[in-house]
Amino acid sequence: MALDEIKIGGLGASRRRVEDNRFIRGKGNYVDDVVLPGMLHMEILRSPLAHAKIKSIDTSAAYAIPGVRMVMTGEMMAARNLAWMPTLSYDTQAVLATDKVRFQGQEVACVIADDPYIAKDGCEAIVVDYEPLPPIVNPTQAMAADAPLIRDDKIGQDNNVIFDWAVGDREGTDRAFAEADLVSEISMHYPRSHPSPIESCGSIADYDRSTSKLTVYMTTQAPHIIRAAVSLVAEIPEHMIRIISPDLGGGFGNKVPVYPGYVMSILASILLEAPVKWIEDKSGNLISTGFGRDVYLKGQLAVRNDGKILAVRMHTDSDHGAFFADAQPSKFKIGLMHSAFACYDIPSAHLTARGVYTNKSPGGVAYRCSFRVTEAMFFQERMVQAAADDLGMDQAEFRRVNLVKDDDFPKRTPFGFLTDSGQYEKCLQIGLDAIGYDDFKKQKEEAKARGRLLGIGISTMTEPLGAGNSREYDILGIKMFDSAELRVHMTGKAILRTGAKTQGQGHETTWAQIVAHELGIPAEDIVVEEGDTDTAPFGMGTYASRSTPVAGAAVSMVSRKIRAKARKIAAHLLEVSDEDIEWELGRFYVRGAHDRGVTIQDCAMAAYSNVPDGMEPGLENNAYYDPPNLTWPFACYIATVEVDPETGVWDVLRLVAVDDCGVRINPMIVEGQIMGGLTEAYAMANMQFITFDEDGNCVGSNYMDYLLPTAWETPGFELHEVVTPCPHHPIGAKGIGECATVGGPAAFVNAVIDALKGTGVRNIDMPLLPDRVYEALQTGNDISGHPPVKTD
Amino acid sequence: MSNEPKRRWPDMTLFEEVAPSGAPSDIPTTRVELRVNGETRAAQIEPRLLLAHLIRNGFKLTGTHTGCDTTNCGACTVLYDGQPVKSCTMFAVQANGHDVTTVEGLASSEQLHPIQEGFKDEHGLQCGFCTPGMMLSAVALLNENLNPTEDEVRWALSGNLCRCTGYQNIVKAVLWAAEKMRGDA
Repeated sequence: MALDEIKIGGLGASRRRVEDNRFIRGKGNYVDDVVLPGMLHMEILRSPLAHAKIKSIDTSAAYAIPGVRMVMTGEMMAARNLAWMPTLSYDTQAVLATDKVRFQGQEVACVIADDPYIAKDGCEAIVVDYEPLPPIVNPTQAMAADAPLIRDDKIGQDNNVIFDWAVGDREGTDRAFAEADLVSEISMHYPRSHPSPIESCGSIADYDRSTSKLTVYMTTQAPHIIRAAVSLVAEIPEHMIRIISPDLGGGFGNKVPVYPGYVMSILASILLEAPVKWIEDKSGNLISTGFGRDVYLKGQLAVRNDGKILAVRMHTDSDHGAFFADAQPSKFKIGLMHSAFACYDIPSAHLTARGVYTNKSPGGVAYRCSFRVTEAMFFQERMVQAAADDLGMDQAEFRRVNLVKDDDFPKRTPFGFLTDSGQYEKCLQIGLDAIGYDDFKKQKEEAKARGRLLGIGISTMTEPLGAGNSREYDILGIKMFDSAELRVHMTGKAILRTGAKTQGQGHETTWAQIVAHELGIPAEDIVVEEGDTDTAPFGMGTYASRSTPVAGAAVSMVSRKIRAKARKIAAHLLEVSDEDIEWELGRFYVRGAHDRGVTIQDCAMAAYSNVPDGMEPGLENNAYYDPPNLTWPFACYIATVEVDPETGVWDVLRLVAVDDCGVRINPMIVEGQIMGGLTEAYAMANMQFITFDEDGNCVGSNYMDYLLPTAWETPGFELHEVVTPCPHHPIGAKGIGECATVGGPAAFVNAVIDALKGTGVRNIDMPLLPDRVYEALQTGNDISGHPPVKTD
Repeated sequence: MSNEPKRRWPDMTLFEEVAPSGAPSDIPTTRVELRVNGETRAAQIEPRLLLAHLIRNGFKLTGTHTGCDTTNCGACTVLYDGQPVKSCTMFAVQANGHDVTTVEGLASSEQLHPIQEGFKDEHGLQCGFCTPGMMLSAVALLNENLNPTEDEVRWALSGNLCRCTGYQNIVKAVLWAAEKMRGDA
């Protein structure tokens, strides 16, 4: 009898998570939990100023403290050619500052001591003499003719512009705009935010001189990329480097880049011949590591009176901080911003993008998104709502007119991506029905008559998840495929390793479910390992929702290779030819004789004890998977809110989410991902942003100033699903971890703007803080988050 | 500790009555004795040592995590005489003579605490980093109120941050545990 797939924890089972068994007992193994014999501790001294020349650094008082082993400065790094390191975007970044500091929080020195407390004492004893320079805190200042040059270290860099980039059809777009009945224009800022996993970054470098091997425990979402980077920067042969990414306390894109602290701990370990542990404090994490967003948009839609969008024009100015360290595919300068409007049928589009240096921390990481798609979809949905309002058309109807129809796939997006599947209108309709769209609109009018402000906001979007294919997507030239390696033991139990790296997504649970689906081996019989470059196959890691689309596909493919070999073994055991063998979940049988069969476990045993002549023994294989396309999940998020006109405070009444991520491997985990994403969306709309005062001081350098929502503020979410399998993925799955973060913010903001309809307010920049909403209500003006916040 | 090379380790010495020989005389140390998960533990420590660090580095109970260092995230929450406190902003000397429960003290060797079962069953965790603190805040609530409303649960957890789950399943996990504990009572 075929197995019951749900019972063995296969595809579609809401299997309880394997990794939870250790986490709920406090037995997780995060980097800070790792203790090596003789381990020393490193602390980093950071710049208090955003832009300043370093005149001198006096470390003598630090050395005088008992227990301080070494103080490293930029000069020491420079002597070893390690003062600068490459970024993931073909720029350079200072490991320790030599000439000047370029943002507040930049690494200036580090102290290695017997104990973290002594290392901190050491940092406090270092005296640095700075000569302040004028700081630049936004793109307008950066592009001013007389702006001070931030990157005077770079030959040929004579201004603060990093790139000027364009994509799309300029002429076609211009023509469409000339023919439009209406041009709807809106400008806005997607503020800088920080992914802020609760666990900050850290590393333990352990260089063993006797073997020449460097082992580094590291908070990284992409251990193999790090190994390659360390090999290139530190000139250590790649096989002598072992990166171990143990349990990660969240990542959200923050743990993709190479950080100076990692490099310093490695050099310190080599010089001191002892393991060196660096655990970043929260302030260090917030002010120096990879941020997200910080993009200014000017957007225009050319619209016909019947609601049809004819063309899109977008210009973005993005603030990348002092070093261009975006973690993104090399080919695209502003990530996948040009995936905007992918769910709409729009003939032409053109995007220009300019990126600049400022005296702010570097990063531009894909914060819970697939390389700037969060900005893309937010801008898209805000532009769509503004255009619907300008046209006087219902926002749901306006979307319905322009959404790509089910039978139009495959379909080129306005900027040239290829979408392949979806049921967009169905998702929208489910969302509208669930929220009770027409009833709410009536309710809103009635409430308005009594002085209450209700609003409803919609966000519909599809986003490109799961880079590559490798033709188009690479990081520093490394193609974006991924991998899996499966070893089935003789008793039919198995170990699976992949090139991805879980950080809360539950790979240890879900990858086993894919194997169970392909082979009929119960999920509980499969152990999953990731994150150790000495044992895991090469992969690009986990970010941009690429695990399921790429590594997950590799898990399917390697399982199928195993099944193909097992089939030959089955034929041998059953004494028939291969062609007479049929497969059902977990079992091969002779065609026409269903009761004559062998299980996958029988085949595993035979692979080690009774292989046919000429077959190599064992039952293991690997697969490298290069996806033919990105996956395109679709989502419709609808929020209803009430704005208090007396205070500007707004409450979420309801949030309905309709997600189509194709086939769901583990529905429980998928829903968990959606709810987590919606919370970050709510956070960005409501409270969460990193800003700077005019002196370049980071306002949001700790959790007392950087507001994150708690269980108290976070609204409840109502989830719905549609399943349109991905046509090219082996099990029909699409990415999901980031959809809600990407599509969610616009639903909340659109709802608040809808509540303010009639006041003349078209835009309030995120986060929609009560004072911003209140001011908008009082003045009827748009509220820009653009000027730096004055702190005094 | 005995296999490690001899080195200066002034912030704490466990189970010793005197300061370690290498400690400089200008840093005074003091002896503390506290009950951790029902067991009496003693240590000779610097007064500035934080409770979280004594628990993690001294007693090797690494289920207590440090997230933010500023009493905001709650990953370091432990029960202090039954009340939830954030151990990253409490000096270890303050715990002298007191009772501390960490996540490792929730389960017996055979039996999980209902809150642990609830978190697993309701998918109340993803990366697991905030989970120990979150569970201890929840246990403090349930020890006083076995029949909390959703709002009471949300309020009780409002000192603990989670970046993965969106809280909805955490709230469900606590209500799950409350129901189970009512049944057991």
